[in-house]
Amino acid sequence: MAEPMGFFTDTTVCIGCKACEVACKEWNQLPAAEGGANTLSGDSYDNTRRLDGIHWRHVQFIEQFSPDRSEGRWLLMSDVCKHCVQAGCLEVCPTGAIIRTEFDTVVIQSDVCNGCRDCIAACPFGVIDINPASGTAQKCTLCYDRLRAGLEPACSKACPTDSIQFGTVRELRERARARVQQLHAQGEKRAYLYGADEQGPLGGLNAFFLLVDRPEVYHLPPSPTLPSRRLVPSSLWTAVGAALVGLAGVFSFRNRGARQAAVEAEIEEERHERRRAA
Amino acid sequence: MSAVGLPDSFFTADPHWRWLIVLYFFVGGLAGGSYFLAALIDLFGRPWERPLARLGYYVALPGVILSAVLLIVDLRRPERFWHMLIESETFQPMFKAWSPMSIGSWALLVFGAFALGSFLAALAEPRPWGWRWLSLFRPPGITGTLFVIVGALLGLYVAGYTGVLLAVTSRPLWADTTLLGLAFIVSAASTSAALLILLGEPRRLALSGIAALKRLDAWVLVLELLVLVGLVVSLGAVARAWLDAWGLLFILGVVVLGILVPLALHWRPRVIGGIATLASAALVLIGGFILRVVVVLSNQNLGVH
Repeated sequence: MAEPMGFFTDTTVCIGCKACEVACKEWNQLPAAEGGANTLSGDSYDNTRRLDGIHWRHVQFIEQFSPDRSEGRWLLMSDVCKHCVQAGCLEVCPTGAIIRTEFDTVVIQSDVCNGCRDCIAACPFGVIDINPASGTAQKCTLCYDRLRAGLEPACSKACPTDSIQFGTVRELRERARARVQQLHAQGEKRAYLYGADEQGPLGGLNAFFLLVDRPEVYHLPPSPTLPSRRLVPSSLWTAVGAALVGLAGVFSFRNRGARQAAVEAEIEEERHERRRAA
Repeated sequence: MSAVGLPDSFFTADPHWRWLIVLYFFVGGLAGGSYFLAALIDLFGRPWERPLARLGYYVALPGVILSAVLLIVDLRRPERFWHMLIESETFQPMFKAWSPMSIGSWALLVFGAFALGSFLAALAEPRPWGWRWLSLFRPPGITGTLFVIVGALLGLYVAGYTGVLLAVTSRPLWADTTLLGLAFIVSAASTSAALLILLGEPRRLALSGIAALKRLDAWVLVLELLVLVGLVVSLGAVARAWLDAWGLLFILGVVVLGILVPLALHWRPRVIGGIATLASAALVLIGGFILRVVVVLSNQNLGVH
């Protein structure tokens, strides 16, 4: 296997130009809108609103302003599939459509997916959705085709401020830690890395982020977990249920103590005897 | 709206599982539960209760066929349904022991085969014309006994795995408890007993068996009530998401209409006279359906995405 490849997205230098979104759509030939005209959000410069089957990059515009708007800041973050080291989508996929590639990225094979949508529910980040053009679940492939050809992904190639950086995960982590130190030294003490720790949630994220506020502010879960963690406890409880139902069943059909049932049983038996005799 | 303080499950996306899935969860539970009850009657009931067991097998096969149809129609690419069972690139079997949907697909297929065998055996039993070999699939013979035991276990599996499948996601409510499988399997037992009562009672099929089913239903309804209380407690703070119309539907539809009223009718059937048994069974079925409606649909608008 080649070295794990990924993205380091430094949100502090994102200017919200959405070049990444456009480059992604152009390279991957994704439609602009799900049929018909594009709708506007009406309350933000963010008209993409969320990652889904036809939006594999999404620049979030987070406005933090005081009520009188005398103070404030913009937080901008280009969101993308995290290419989790322990990927919930890959685990649950019942067709084997979702695979881990030689670059340690997570890719959905569109010709295998049958649109069951289990991966959409399993993803801890809400990254995946159906692309109506193909009827299959789709998301960022980390430009698997470009990587195979020795190119870097379209979005990081297009990013004019290097907010999106592409490289080996190992090198990106080093670069990201240096950047956090630099920001701390400059007085931006809130800077930290989200998903860069391989001891952290989901074994680390191959696409990780530098943030300056709590994860929830960027619509990221504070401590995402792998769906399969609930498989064993949930199965055991269900087995307990099966055992209880089985016991109740055996008890109900063996215990003929209830008087009425016994009386009815007698009547039935009589009838049965009579039928046999006849 | 600030997302700070929201549980992790609220940062996920809706898989658009709607009425087809609700209906599948209900029908699949009935198919598996009815087979389980039929096997129970075959194994522990009296000889004259066999017509009631046959009724269970008659329900199970159409139920499992309808389940498969519902699931296939719900796929966005229905023509690729077989990708669940066979790897489309290599034509090797596709099986993931850690993916509930993968095991569930196989379980449905294998259970379908058992349901077919028992259906045919039940069909042939009261007939004078041949096909005697089909009794191999029905107790009291040793092969028949083994057959329905395995079939009943598969039936329970089909009835319960759907709750595990919901837990093995990241979605609000589903991923916030591990008791959905337990709730579904108990509810499958109560709704299946209710269905057999509803179909068997008017035909006066084995009244002693109907009486036993009613007793079973009462026990299981009490159990279901406890499980649902446990379910809400296990959700913790996330249960507050149900402080809306869904919660009202849960309380009124599932708990009151589907459990408390049937239990009251079981305890004091004379209150409404001769139709108490049928009314109670119908309410249990309605309550079981509403349980799946609430569980499957109530989280579709929860979350930040």
